[in-house]
Amino acid sequence: MHMATTLSINGETKSFDAPPDMPLLWVLRDILGMTGTKFGCGIAQCGACTVHIDGKAVRSCVLPVSAVENRNVTTIEHVGSTPAGAKVQKAWLEAEVIQCGYCQSGQIMAAAALLAATPNPDDSDIDAAMAGNICRCGTYVRIREAIKQAANGRQS
Amino acid sequence: MSGKMRILTSLLVIAIVAVALGVWIIRGPGPLDFAGGTKVALADYRAGKPTGVPAKLEKASLAERGEYLAKAADCMVCHTKPGEKEYSGGLAFKLPFGTLYSTNITPDKDTGIGNYSDQDFLNAVQHGKRRDGARLYPAMPYTSYTFMTDEDVLAVKAYLFSLPAVRAKAPENTLSFPFNQRWAMIVWSAVFNPDTRFAPDTSKSPEWNRGAYLVEALAHCGECHTPRNLGFALDNRKKFAGAITAGWRAFNISSDKATGLGNWSDQDLISYLSLGHAPSHGSASGPMGEAVDHSFSRFAPEDISSIVAYLRSVPPQPSPDLPATTAPVAPASHRDGVTADARGKKVFASACASCHGWSGESPVSPMATLTGTWAVNDPAATNVAQIVISGTKRHTPDGALSMPAFGNAYTDDEIAAVANYVTARFGAKGSKLTAKDVAELRGQTAE
Amino acid sequence: MNARNSLSRRSLLTGGLAGGFLLAFHLPLRAAINEPVQPLDNTQGKFAPNAFIRIDETGRTVLIMPQVEMGQGTYTSISAVLAEELDADWSKVEVQHAPPNDKLYGNPTFGLQVTGNSNSIRAWWLPLRKAGATARAMLVQAAAAQWGVEPASCSASKGEVAHDASGRKLGYGELALAAQAQTPPKDVAIKDPKDFVLIGQPLKRLDTPDKVNGKALYGIDAILPGMKIAAIANCPVFGGKVGKVDDSAATKVAGVRKVVVLDDAVAVIGDHMWAAKKGLEALKIEWNEGSNAEISTKDIWDDLRKASQKDGAIARSDGDIAKALASGDKFEAAYELPFLAHASMEPINATVHVKPDSCEIWTGTQIMTRVQSEAAKAAGLPVDKVIVNNHLLGGGFGRKLEPDMVVAAVKIAKQVDYPVKVVWTREEDIQHDVYRPVYRDQITASLVDGKVSGWKYKVAGSAVLARWLPPAFQKGIDIDAVDAAVDAPYDFANFHVEYVRAEPLSVPTGFWRGVGPNNNVFAVECAMDELARKAGKDPIEFRKSMLTKNPRMLAVLDQVAEKSGWGQPLPPRVGRGVCVQPSFASFIATVVEAEIDDIGEITLRRVTSVVDTGIAVNPDTVKAQIEGGLIFGLTAALYGEITIDKGRVQQSNFHDYRMMRINETPKIEVIVVKSGEAPGGIGEAGVNAGPPALRNAIYAATGVALRRLPIDRKLLAAGKKA
Repeated sequence: MHMATTLSINGETKSFDAPPDMPLLWVLRDILGMTGTKFGCGIAQCGACTVHIDGKAVRSCVLPVSAVENRNVTTIEHVGSTPAGAKVQKAWLEAEVIQCGYCQSGQIMAAAALLAATPNPDDSDIDAAMAGNICRCGTYVRIREAIKQAANGRQS
Repeated sequence: MSGKMRILTSLLVIAIVAVALGVWIIRGPGPLDFAGGTKVALADYRAGKPTGVPAKLEKASLAERGEYLAKAADCMVCHTKPGEKEYSGGLAFKLPFGTLYSTNITPDKDTGIGNYSDQDFLNAVQHGKRRDGARLYPAMPYTSYTFMTDEDVLAVKAYLFSLPAVRAKAPENTLSFPFNQRWAMIVWSAVFNPDTRFAPDTSKSPEWNRGAYLVEALAHCGECHTPRNLGFALDNRKKFAGAITAGWRAFNISSDKATGLGNWSDQDLISYLSLGHAPSHGSASGPMGEAVDHSFSRFAPEDISSIVAYLRSVPPQPSPDLPATTAPVAPASHRDGVTADARGKKVFASACASCHGWSGESPVSPMATLTGTWAVNDPAATNVAQIVISGTKRHTPDGALSMPAFGNAYTDDEIAAVANYVTARFGAKGSKLTAKDVAELRGQTAE
Repeated sequence: MNARNSLSRRSLLTGGLAGGFLLAFHLPLRAAINEPVQPLDNTQGKFAPNAFIRIDETGRTVLIMPQVEMGQGTYTSISAVLAEELDADWSKVEVQHAPPNDKLYGNPTFGLQVTGNSNSIRAWWLPLRKAGATARAMLVQAAAAQWGVEPASCSASKGEVAHDASGRKLGYGELALAAQAQTPPKDVAIKDPKDFVLIGQPLKRLDTPDKVNGKALYGIDAILPGMKIAAIANCPVFGGKVGKVDDSAATKVAGVRKVVVLDDAVAVIGDHMWAAKKGLEALKIEWNEGSNAEISTKDIWDDLRKASQKDGAIARSDGDIAKALASGDKFEAAYELPFLAHASMEPINATVHVKPDSCEIWTGTQIMTRVQSEAAKAAGLPVDKVIVNNHLLGGGFGRKLEPDMVVAAVKIAKQVDYPVKVVWTREEDIQHDVYRPVYRDQITASLVDGKVSGWKYKVAGSAVLARWLPPAFQKGIDIDAVDAAVDAPYDFANFHVEYVRAEPLSVPTGFWRGVGPNNNVFAVECAMDELARKAGKDPIEFRKSMLTKNPRMLAVLDQVAEKSGWGQPLPPRVGRGVCVQPSFASFIATVVEAEIDDIGEITLRRVTSVVDTGIAVNPDTVKAQIEGGLIFGLTAALYGEITIDKGRVQQSNFHDYRMMRINETPKIEVIVVKSGEAPGGIGEAGVNAGPPALRNAIYAATGVALRRLPIDRKLLAAGKKA
């Protein structure tokens, strides 16, 4: 039986019917029509579906919606309203990171969570936070550059 | 009698005594001997009904009762090759001395057991004797099933005969000499098969007796969890102390507080058996995962409780290689905690951290939490490596959660490295697996 | 007769029009380029001089993109080319996907609306410049008429026409309606490259601002009123069919709407992907696997190795190869490349709404018109009743040069009256791809005085073009499979190239980013390194001695030697490997520096590429494409292999079909050489460079001459020899 589920997404309360085991990814995309969060692999191996749960980067493709009730979900559509998210978006455009862009919602969410927790990440921090996000276009060099740029921007 | 004869006779007697003593020493106690109470024949036991099916199935047909018992005895997993029809056999058991294949136990007359009479079936299940008289290898746990009542064994038969016949011939075994000599199993069986039916213990509760029947006769827990002796039979002096079977570590399930089940709550045990997961104890994977999926998850709740009651009574056996306490949650940052194995860390960051987190507490599901599990606290890292190689899938009423099998795309070196990193970071003591160890583990698993 | 083929090809090269063999080949298809046909869209109130440019009265400048954007930056570069000659105000430029129409938007090389072969800029360079210049001339004419002055006395810049003498100015918006009434000039002049203000600048990409905030729409993001979502299971064995389907459990899954059984696939339509996916899992499907159910990779390789022993069709033959190979120091090697999946990050999908008299499609494709015609066939409708709405592509890499996913989606959508979005799981995406074929490339060469005297190169593998564009397959030669073999940059006196067509059992093959040159550049550059060692020469010096007639290649090679620190000492088990490539009419030299540890694990330390792609329309995009292409190629070299067992693909998702990640990525330096030559292709070029350069670095570091991809680390442990 479907149960009415209530989530806090991007600061708004959303209520909908969904089976409790339905991954948050499909709730966002197919029920709420928020398509910025992408489907890439469905097994938490590529990071395209990354969202923030209480500010931390989590793969929404394996996250049952029942696990996020009463927690704050932030998606790519809203991450620009967080200081770290805004810095990352700006740096991403300045460094011209993006090619096809399909993985970049997830990359940006992962990078924003990294910067929120570690304002001045070094290469090892970037590796630890970003290695779960695959980019098939191969924008990794620029992702690293942009994260550092975003961090420096924060200091100035 | 001449002097010579006397000497010879004495030597013979000494030899017989030595062999008997040897056999007695090697064989050791039976699986239920630890309880020590007064045993009575089943027919004379009045306190309850330890055998058969749960109350709600008492009125069910013979085949339905057999289905419950067949699942409790977990026949299907060993008698089914992945991807093939259930019970049609052909699953490979990779042993150090060759490969054994399970048989087709569907009612097909040519390739299955369609021609088995009741007595043939009893002979196979309780005595390890095939219809053609050949002896079964003890990969078939008849030394456990021998405790089943005739009635229960025949219920299982009725169930199997209710299934569609599948024509499927298992491949020939490829055992090397002397293990290919089936006749030798006559001797083995004479020594190691107790060949007796379950006898209740009047000093114990009816619940305990039911649990004993389920654990020893049907679920055959000891086959994996009890170490083996020189004769490759269960060494019940170390009952449930844990062992390696088919390349996986079956952990200590004695009542030892540190390394056994002594500190598990009843709820933990119930949850683990029926769902394959208990908070802060991890999730069942590998052969235990299969046992949960196909067997324990089908048990009636009162039967699960009986198993718990019985397990609690098994004397503590230490596992000296395991730490006295499992490691606490690892630091949230990748920088803190153990970071020695750079290659392992790299693999972990790429393929593992998304689900398991740097702390070991999963951001995705409690089922994926590493903290507190024996797998990561085992300094041999056996199960960590195995789960990385072959993945795992847990079904729960709320859906399934799975981990993919990384074995095909990651090298033995990488798997060893990540296992060493994971045990060091999330367990009490890091493992020292090598690529060679991982290659051996791959070789030991059933397909 | 084949010598003539190669002669004309080489005359193109020496004529300074160096093109990939494929581009030089004149496809026998109807030409349909940029005819001044009035466009199909509503141009009321706009200046619409041709199919590519729309300027409304506010000056809003909409450019219509004949090529699709899949990450390669073509929307920005095409816009820059148009806007350059249009003298548009770059800040007012917007882009729009083109509708399917070969006549208006057909790629000049193919005569079809295709994005591929790294030729968007190459093919459109002149037609689009003329389109922009024509529009500009009409705007200038309109202004001049209004002012009563000579058009020649006016100039245009940043969206304005100015009369310099009087200082009067009019914006393009103000001129739009008047310009629409002007007659286009017959033969318009285009700019001298020295006057370019947009071309050659690292302009910010037009498509990226919406890609940082989730607003960009890919095919998979299509949402329509009443739409349902379908998950699909294709027969696991290639060519197999659906047998029996038991949907009793599936239809009970909450949210499942319908089970659709096709000939070779089963789909479950649900309220959302989760219901569809769970419904699919609950189906019991019996497949008629057919005759391919026993095929394995080994069978395919046995076949290919056998086929490669045959004589092939001759694609080039200069000098006397038999004589040349009969003397000198002989070298022989075979290089083998595996099947590869595309694995674009956006899994395969298509959304379709079939109505009784129409069919509308929402997807991201590299072949707009073919999708339209194939969908029409599947829907049983005339082509003009099929509307295709293209989207941004979340990676294409050649996979979306196929219409199969749209055809399947049409067949599914035909069974219901609402729109259906068919989304393939990653597992379906990997296991039902159209794979980069296996290739076996044999090189036989002779060395005389430290130089290659005879060079015989035989390529054996699938003829992708024969299936994809049958008219292009002529005289037994797949011009893609031998593209960079025929065009190898070295001056070998006796130069012979053959091709043996060998189609792998059951496995469908297709274009994969880097296409034919992937196997050619790998084989040629590996062999050149082995030959250099045989000759006792430094790999770069050895190559240079045979590049004397190729100044552009020589220049990039010299520069990469300097920038990469070539020749400077390295620690043990660290090596540098070089690759030069002639692919896609760009001249590129790359050096990879890699470390191989004692157990054979590889660390990429540094990559340096020097690129002469002629005029770089957007040098930053050129850099980005080389960076990304290198990663794409290196990923394949390190991990890429699709294998078959029992007729099924054994890999399924990123856990067993691995991708390079950020923590494996080296420093990459790309230097774009300034050049006045016509632009070359760049989107795929980097892919060609990675594998041979890495392999040669490993050769330098360990002495092991790998001849198969992906790299087998077991061969690289300390103490192992070739």
